[in-house]
Amino acid sequence: MIRLEELTKTFQTDQGVVTAVDRINLEVPEGEICVLLGPSGCGKTTTMKMINRLITPTSGKIYIDGKDTDEYDPVELRRNIGYAIQQIGLFPNMTVAENISVVPSLLGWDKKKCHERARELLNMVAMDPDAFMDRYPNELSGGQQQRIGVIRALAADAPVLLMDEPFGAIDPINREVIQDEFLKMQEKIRKTIIFVSHDIDEAVKMGDRVAIFREGHLEQYAPPDELLAYPINEFIADFVGGDRTLKRLRLARIAEVMHSDVQTLKPDDSVERAREILASSAQEGVPVVDRDGHPRGFINQRIAEGGSGKAGDLAQPLSFTVRSRDDLRTAVSSMFTHNVNWVAVLDDGGHLIGYVSQQDITDLLGTVRGDTRAA
Amino acid sequence: METLSYAFSNLDQIAVLTVEHISIVAVAVGLAILTGVPIGIAITQNQRVAENVLYVAAMVMTIPSIALFGIMIPILSLIGHGIGYLPAVIAVLLYSQLPIIRNTYTAINNVDPALREAAKGMGMTPVQRLRTVEIPIAVPVIMAGVRTAVVLNIGVTAIAVYIGAGGLGELISRGISQTDPRKLVTGAVAVSMLAIAADYGLLWLQKKLTPRGLQLQGDT
Repeated sequence: MIRLEELTKTFQTDQGVVTAVDRINLEVPEGEICVLLGPSGCGKTTTMKMINRLITPTSGKIYIDGKDTDEYDPVELRRNIGYAIQQIGLFPNMTVAENISVVPSLLGWDKKKCHERARELLNMVAMDPDAFMDRYPNELSGGQQQRIGVIRALAADAPVLLMDEPFGAIDPINREVIQDEFLKMQEKIRKTIIFVSHDIDEAVKMGDRVAIFREGHLEQYAPPDELLAYPINEFIADFVGGDRTLKRLRLARIAEVMHSDVQTLKPDDSVERAREILASSAQEGVPVVDRDGHPRGFINQRIAEGGSGKAGDLAQPLSFTVRSRDDLRTAVSSMFTHNVNWVAVLDDGGHLIGYVSQQDITDLLGTVRGDTRAA
Repeated sequence: METLSYAFSNLDQIAVLTVEHISIVAVAVGLAILTGVPIGIAITQNQRVAENVLYVAAMVMTIPSIALFGIMIPILSLIGHGIGYLPAVIAVLLYSQLPIIRNTYTAINNVDPALREAAKGMGMTPVQRLRTVEIPIAVPVIMAGVRTAVVLNIGVTAIAVYIGAGGLGELISRGISQTDPRKLVTGAVAVSMLAIAADYGLLWLQKKLTPRGLQLQGDT
């Protein structure tokens, strides 16, 4: 856990005293990612660098796991906090293994243990240790360097990690990939992370909580969904963007809103049965499902009224479906693309497990997930 | 032709003079590395001091070698070494400072600030940063300064013959005083060849000392 209390930094300049960071109070629970977000010059990086004392605070306190960091020697403190920076900063004179082992060797680990740790971490980011341990940074692609930069910060298994735009020096496609990899890794390692970013999309994606800074002040500190749903002032609303509601669609999985009580037909059922379901439920279509649970098609009001016979013969093919673990943006995009009001939801095995309608999504956007004050 | 036959019949003498010449340059540049590199590193801490140190070193370079030898005679006479080996070594030592200090200073200063920040942020002490990151990365440029110093001072040492330091300058000075072009040319060619050989030798050493990861820079 990291706690900042009244943290302040002032600089003496030619124009007088400038307050870069003004009485910040912030608490990051253990195992969560806190994104410090804001335009350049807002104090987010200064705040982060005060935590490992690359910048000395003017006043205020920083506690890590309840301990006042003033009591540590700065060098000692830094060795116990993982650090990854935007420019990556791999040492070109050292191999990948040596780069990863920097902090472990500073902490006095023996060679063999450093080596094993490097192998383990390379495996974690799906880079073959045998191929990469002895390579030099200049022999790696940008994405590979970025991965090494991140695992180097994890090398000594410090409980706290500071990341200064760690995926900034990379093209957007690879950035998405590395972000996803990192989130998957974080599920396992559960580090307490301070993550500096200037990109609202990255913040919403990576952060358990997001702290938005302006001119040295902490403007709002909240989970991403709350931030997007209830920006507390004009500045935040502008900063998160006019499409903030659409951004929220990325935060929710289809599984959270889908109706799993979907009524289905077997191919041998009669159309009569479809008419009954359509009349008695809110469903706009009835999926036809074979014995294994795979969807064969659907029957809607129009087909049901006009036809007679077996459902399996009349069903129209489902031209698209979504998976339950996709985000809501995918569902909305599919519905708009095909001009329909609902979409069938499948599990990873391709079995029909429910459906989601436009109304469900509209209802969800009216609330804040996990927040009791909205309804 | 005559010059060649002179050279071949006096190989022994040329070898002795060459060893003398090398010993002056090697000892002086060796000492210059021991002093210039630490100075070059130290002045990265303060830009004003750096400017002054480099200014003084550059001034030393502008003193004509013959004048520098002249200045040292009365000073070193006080300890009984007004002429000979010692003033020659001191002169070369002084002339070597600028290329070595300047290259060291530039190389350390040009280390990517991101590397310095990463090293600091990961908990390296200033000494550890120097030893494991900054100096290894600076080595090629420092070595280039050493090469400049060596080549430059092989020439300067040829003049040290006038204060009785020996070396290949002896052939040149005798050639002039005896109007013997064979000695003059032999001496001049020997000095040039020594400079070229030293340059190549140090280039090889420079490559050897450059960390492998930095050598790859051009390939990617």
